[in-house]
Amino acid sequence: MANQLEIRNLNVTIGDKPILKDFSLSIPKGEVHALMGPNGTGKSTLAKVIAGHEDYTVQSGEVLVDGVNIIGMEPDEIARSGVFLAFQYPLEIPGVSIANFVRAALQARMEEGETFNAPAYYRSLYEKMDLLQIDRKFTARSVNEGFSGGEKKRCEILQMAMLDPKYCIMDETDSGLDIDALKIVANGVNLMRSPDRAFLVITHYQRLLDYIIPDKVHVMWDGRIVQSGNKDLALELESKGYNWVKEELATA
Amino acid sequence: MVQHTPIEVDREKGNFSYKTHYEYDAGVGLNEGVINYIADVKGEDDWIRQFRLKALDVFNRRAMPTHWATKDLENIDFAKIRYYLSKGQIPKRTWEEVPDEIKQTFERLGIPEQERKFLAGVEAQFDSEAAYSNIKTDLEKQGVIFLGPNEGLKEYPDVFRKWFGKIIPTNDNKFSALNSAVFSGGSFIYVPPGVKVAQPLQAYFRINAESFGQFERTLIIADEGSEVTYMEGCTAPQFETSTIHSAVVELVAMKSAKIQYITVQNWSNNVFNLVTKRGLAHEESEIRWIDCNIGSRLTMKYPAVVLNGRKARGEVLSIALANDGQHQDTGAKMIHNADETSSNIISKSISIGNGRSSYRGLVHIPDHLRGCKNNTECDALLINTNSRTDTFPAITVRGNGNSVQHEASVSKLSAEQIFYMMQRGLSEGEAMSLSVNGFVNDLMKHFPMEYSVELKRLIDLEMEGSVG
Repeated sequence: MANQLEIRNLNVTIGDKPILKDFSLSIPKGEVHALMGPNGTGKSTLAKVIAGHEDYTVQSGEVLVDGVNIIGMEPDEIARSGVFLAFQYPLEIPGVSIANFVRAALQARMEEGETFNAPAYYRSLYEKMDLLQIDRKFTARSVNEGFSGGEKKRCEILQMAMLDPKYCIMDETDSGLDIDALKIVANGVNLMRSPDRAFLVITHYQRLLDYIIPDKVHVMWDGRIVQSGNKDLALELESKGYNWVKEELATA
Repeated sequence: MVQHTPIEVDREKGNFSYKTHYEYDAGVGLNEGVINYIADVKGEDDWIRQFRLKALDVFNRRAMPTHWATKDLENIDFAKIRYYLSKGQIPKRTWEEVPDEIKQTFERLGIPEQERKFLAGVEAQFDSEAAYSNIKTDLEKQGVIFLGPNEGLKEYPDVFRKWFGKIIPTNDNKFSALNSAVFSGGSFIYVPPGVKVAQPLQAYFRINAESFGQFERTLIIADEGSEVTYMEGCTAPQFETSTIHSAVVELVAMKSAKIQYITVQNWSNNVFNLVTKRGLAHEESEIRWIDCNIGSRLTMKYPAVVLNGRKARGEVLSIALANDGQHQDTGAKMIHNADETSSNIISKSISIGNGRSSYRGLVHIPDHLRGCKNNTECDALLINTNSRTDTFPAITVRGNGNSVQHEASVSKLSAEQIFYMMQRGLSEGEAMSLSVNGFVNDLMKHFPMEYSVELKRLIDLEMEGSVG
């Protein structure tokens, strides 16, 4: 199916250990889905597998981006096909400025013979930095080097906004953010919401979902989705805790 | 796409092919006959002939310095090397014989067609008469002497003989002896007092076929208060039919003079690159080596400054990139020999695959001196787990009135960093190249603009090729 990110019966191992177990999920463009669950249930693995990380072995299943299976593709191909992953722990790139990094990423998407419009690029970069309340001086700073946790996360959202992806996967973007930074990040994400874009927001906590209102909430447990619902599910989860899911599972 | 027009080699037109013109070929192997042959062909004065013969003797007697860097030196077969060719012509080949990858590199570096042929060794000269004569006239007006070593020694013995072989004596090391025995090509430059040469001087402006010889000899004398920048090499890969390059470069900065010597070399990976470079800095003068080494099988090069006058300054900024199968053994030497002298060494090395890079530094500040300063920074970047890097700093600082600062770092480009960059859409090669450029970025700011741009392109090309 075009116009959606579709994960079909995905079985993934790291070494011999199964992490994702027959995992399935479809996110149509225009929607925001939240994926919740305790640590170690495979949320981050899912994010990295979609992005093409080589440490994981896909035993079976597919990940379809607008109907095209991306399993087996190189991470950069997957990225250029429109998938963006906002990292839980963004990496530092010493000596490479944010401006040059984003520029290189955009240039990697250009057609042969296309020329880069630097003034337009800087206009757009500054506009988005202002929105995310990132000091313009940051353009000259090395990517993530010496950044606080909150600055790193804002820098991820800045890159996401600049690269204009179709499918955004945000892996615990809220962790390490204080309430003000959380609002700024959520505002940035909300402005990107569009009928042409889908989001998968991975989080432990309901808190972020107060600001980024999801269309659907999924609860993940032991490598698969065990419950899906609307935004109220997140609230219920918040009040009852993850043990509630566990008990539900046991009685089911 | 640039179309290559194959070059028609006109074998009737002079000494283009040494296969058919033996009269200017010293043959293979190294002996007195070869030395005499070279001296005869060049019509050298007897003292130069004697200088060469003595050097040959030193070369023969000196042991191969395999005990401290690498045993790979033992693999050089001196008996199979051709030490001198007809008028120093770059070994001939037709454009068709130039390997495709080299042609592609020329193309991607945007080197003009004429220059490509020259660099590829297809043509002994390239046609930039206009540019050349402009520079020449300009320099002559200022009294700058810019010649090859033989012309220099012949025409201006009083200027050059005084310093020739004095900064780097023949017996300094086995390879300085080798160079002293068979040198041809290179540049002899004299800048008169107070003259500040605006444009960097480059060997190929001289349109001298010997400019890129295997055993070139360069001597630059900057007289009081003068300034000069010399650039050697080029970013195109220099592939040699012979596998040894052994140059000697001597710099003399008189009182308050400034010399900047820039090298960007990209050797093919069969070349042993064994070069001795040293500068003598008089009072308040400044000598700066900028040295970028890419490629080669083995490079051993440690540019040095002897700080001989009060307040003299010495600097070495170097970048070495060792790819698969390559060993870059580079560094710097700072010999403080007067009060209030200062030196600065910044060395960055990158090892890729099983490439190996070593930093070897020597800083010497004796007891009796006061107010001397040295700063040494050496940073290594390892790309993938097989890479190897070593740092061998030798710092002897005595006395209380001197200060020295040494910083070294080793960083690794991790698979996670590459993944992160690839997730933004960069290919693996682009990701590596961007990281390497980031690593050398702060150092490249000190480089002349055109060189940093070329170096960046070179790194891009090198990285692209290293993605397996």
